[in-house]
Amino acid sequence: MNTIQNKQAQLTNRAMFARRNLWSGILFGLGFVAFLDETLFHQLLHWHKFYDKSTVAVGLVSDGLFHAFSWFATVGGLFLVADLRRRHALWHKMWWGGKLLGAGVFQLYDGTIQHKIMRIHQIRYNVTILPYDLVWNISAAIMIIVGIVLIIQAKRDHRNGTGVFSHAS
Amino acid sequence: MHHEPGNHAFFLFTDLFFGIPALLAIGFYIAAVLVTNPQKRLRKWPWIRTISFVTGVLFAAAAVVGPLSRQSHTDFTTHMVGHLLLGMLAPLLVALAAPMTLLFRTLNVHSARKLNRLLQSRPIRFFTHPIIASILNIGGLWLLYTTALYTAMHANLLLHVVVHIHVFIAGYLFTISLLYIDPVSHRLSFSYRTVVFILALAGHGILSKFIYAYPPEGVTEDQARMGALLMYYGGDAIDLLLIFILFRHWYKSVRPRAVIQSGNVQKLREA
Repeated sequence: MNTIQNKQAQLTNRAMFARRNLWSGILFGLGFVAFLDETLFHQLLHWHKFYDKSTVAVGLVSDGLFHAFSWFATVGGLFLVADLRRRHALWHKMWWGGKLLGAGVFQLYDGTIQHKIMRIHQIRYNVTILPYDLVWNISAAIMIIVGIVLIIQAKRDHRNGTGVFSHAS
Repeated sequence: MHHEPGNHAFFLFTDLFFGIPALLAIGFYIAAVLVTNPQKRLRKWPWIRTISFVTGVLFAAAAVVGPLSRQSHTDFTTHMVGHLLLGMLAPLLVALAAPMTLLFRTLNVHSARKLNRLLQSRPIRFFTHPIIASILNIGGLWLLYTTALYTAMHANLLLHVVVHIHVFIAGYLFTISLLYIDPVSHRLSFSYRTVVFILALAGHGILSKFIYAYPPEGVTEDQARMGALLMYYGGDAIDLLLIFILFRHWYKSVRPRAVIQSGNVQKLREA
């Protein structure tokens, strides 16, 4: 009986903090992609340049804003996870949906507007860039689609009363 | 670079001018801890704060006294190490040491009231507002590195002293306007401080890349690039600490009153 009540309480908590779950995921996803971009492509592979001479002025501003924001998003997103956990309100499906959505949107923005229009830097230099751009942006689009599907599913789960226990008590 | 070698008087003056106050600050802080600790009505002062203060002051002093300060005059990368210490890490460590709280401990009620009134006065509230503090801090850096001020500072003793004091004080105001460790009379919300903080960090990052692309007057391209990278990534590392502390404060402030267990959902209150 107690487990059933716990489950019930958890579902209610989740529903109450649905938006916090979603935003925590979106923020962490954005921060995580920015972090990977920095460690993998800047520091380890040395594909990205710190500064590309063809960068337009607004590109420098956009890059600076997103870089600063990504630190806050990573740390803030994780503190939100900790907060949801202590409230027994962490909703994995909703969180992962948010994470993939945030990651995909930022990667797509980076791959199209920042790389191509603002020209802050290219994915790699001295290579045919098209395949790199395609992989980068298509994987971003896939993350967005999967993220949205997960969020819709999570909402549907909730409407239908997820799991077996929701109407048990 | 622009500074004739053998200018002993210049550095002798700055060593004494910055070195003596630094030692005095450490002395006063430790004395205040030792005097107030035996008092029964007060909690014991956490030793970690004393360590934080001493380290902070030593880092700040390292940037403006002795070999690092001399080398900064000719080497931009060293200058940038000094900037990170003086303008970012030292202010953070000093702020974490809660010097105002310690000062309040040493005062009697009458003086404490006076100090409290001073801290709530208009000028103090103005300079500790996050937007003003960010403009002083980041705006000051833009002024320093994108105008002739950087070169002038190395030739003129007065400018040298003023700029370095400004960098530390602006860094300190910036830190205490965002992280509430000492008592704060007019608190701003976490979201407000976060937004200002993000814009300020962006300003710092953009300036780093700007220096990389357009070296300050009299700085070679190689040195500017090294310095800019250090400013960008070193700044990131220290900012990460600040962000972590800010969000930890948020995390503590929204702690639910009751842990949510079965059936207890109504006790949950959104903070």
